[in-house]
Amino acid sequence: MNTLLDVLTGVCLVVGAMMSLAAAIGLLRFPDLMSRMHAATKPQVLGLLLMLAAVGLQMRSWALLPLLLVAWLFQLLTVPVSAHMVGRAGYRTKHRRPEMLSVDELDDVVAAVVEGESPDS
Amino acid sequence: MRGTKNGAAKHADRRPWILKRLPLLVWLVLVWGALWQDFSAGNLIFGALIALAVAQAFYLPPIELSGRFNWLRGLLFLLWFIQQVMIASFQVLYWAVVKGPRIRNAVIAVPLRSPSDLLMTAVGHVLSLIPGSLVVEVDRGSATLYVHAMNAPTPESVAKVRQGIQDIEARLIQVMGTKEELAAVNAEKAGAPLLTHAGEPQP
Repeated sequence: MNTLLDVLTGVCLVVGAMMSLAAAIGLLRFPDLMSRMHAATKPQVLGLLLMLAAVGLQMRSWALLPLLLVAWLFQLLTVPVSAHMVGRAGYRTKHRRPEMLSVDELDDVVAAVVEGESPDS
Repeated sequence: MRGTKNGAAKHADRRPWILKRLPLLVWLVLVWGALWQDFSAGNLIFGALIALAVAQAFYLPPIELSGRFNWLRGLLFLLWFIQQVMIASFQVLYWAVVKGPRIRNAVIAVPLRSPSDLLMTAVGHVLSLIPGSLVVEVDRGSATLYVHAMNAPTPESVAKVRQGIQDIEARLIQVMGTKEELAAVNAEKAGAPLLTHAGEPQP
C-alpha cells in the first residue's frame, strides 16, 4: 500500500513538474504575447493540482486536505483574472500581431465603436 | 465595450441580511478553518465572528442566484472539467513543442444564451482555466465573450471552438441556470436552434 502511494506521489510530482516545463517551452517557442500568456498561466492549473495531490498523498492528514483544496480553489479563482487582464491590456495596447490570427472578430467591433465615436477623424 | 444591463427586473429580496449572506459566511468560515487546519467548535465560532465583520466591512454587491443548484450535475461538471484541463494541458505542451512559432490563433466572438452575470463569469472562468482559450473582452449588454483561442487556423476550427464554449455554458446551465434556460437547453437537445441573448443568427 505504501509503495503504491509512493509511486502515485512520484507520478504526480513528475507530471506536475512537466507542466512547468510546458510553460517554459511555451514561453520560448510561441510567437506573440497572447499565446505566451496561455503557456505561462494555464498548464499550472493542472501542475499545481498534481503537486498538491502529491503533498496530500504523502502527508495523509485529514486536517491538511481542506487547506490543499482551498489553495487550489484560490488558484482557480485568480488565474483567469490575471490572464484576462494581461490579455486585455495586450490587445488594447496593440501588443498583438494580427498576422498571427486567423480571424479577429473583436477588431470589427472595436473599429465600429471607434468610427461611431469620431466619424470625422 | 460596457453595455447597459437590459431587462432583468431586480427581484426585491425580502430575506433577512444574514440569510442572504449565508453562502459567503459559510465559505469564509471554511477558509478560516482550512487555514488554521483546525475545525474545532471554538475556532469555527471565532472564524464566524471574523467572517461577519469582514462581510460587513467589505460589502460585496449581491449576486443574483437562479435559486436552482443540481449537486449531481455539479459533481459531474467538476469531473468533466478536470478531464478537460488534463487533455488541454497536454495539448498545449504538444503545440509548444511541435507547432511553436507556426501556431495560428483567433479572436472569436462567442454569443451566450444567458445574460446572467454569474453564468457569464462562470463560463469565462471555466474556459480560461481550460488551457488554449482566454477571455479578452466581455460585452455585458449582449452577453458576448470575445475569446482568444490557440490553434484555430481555419473557419471550421473557429466554429468548433465557439461550439465548445457554448457547450460549457449548456453544462453550467444544467448545474445552476434558471428553469427557463434549462428548458431552452433541453429543447436544443431535441433539435431546437440555439437562441443567444444577442439574438443574432448562428453561423
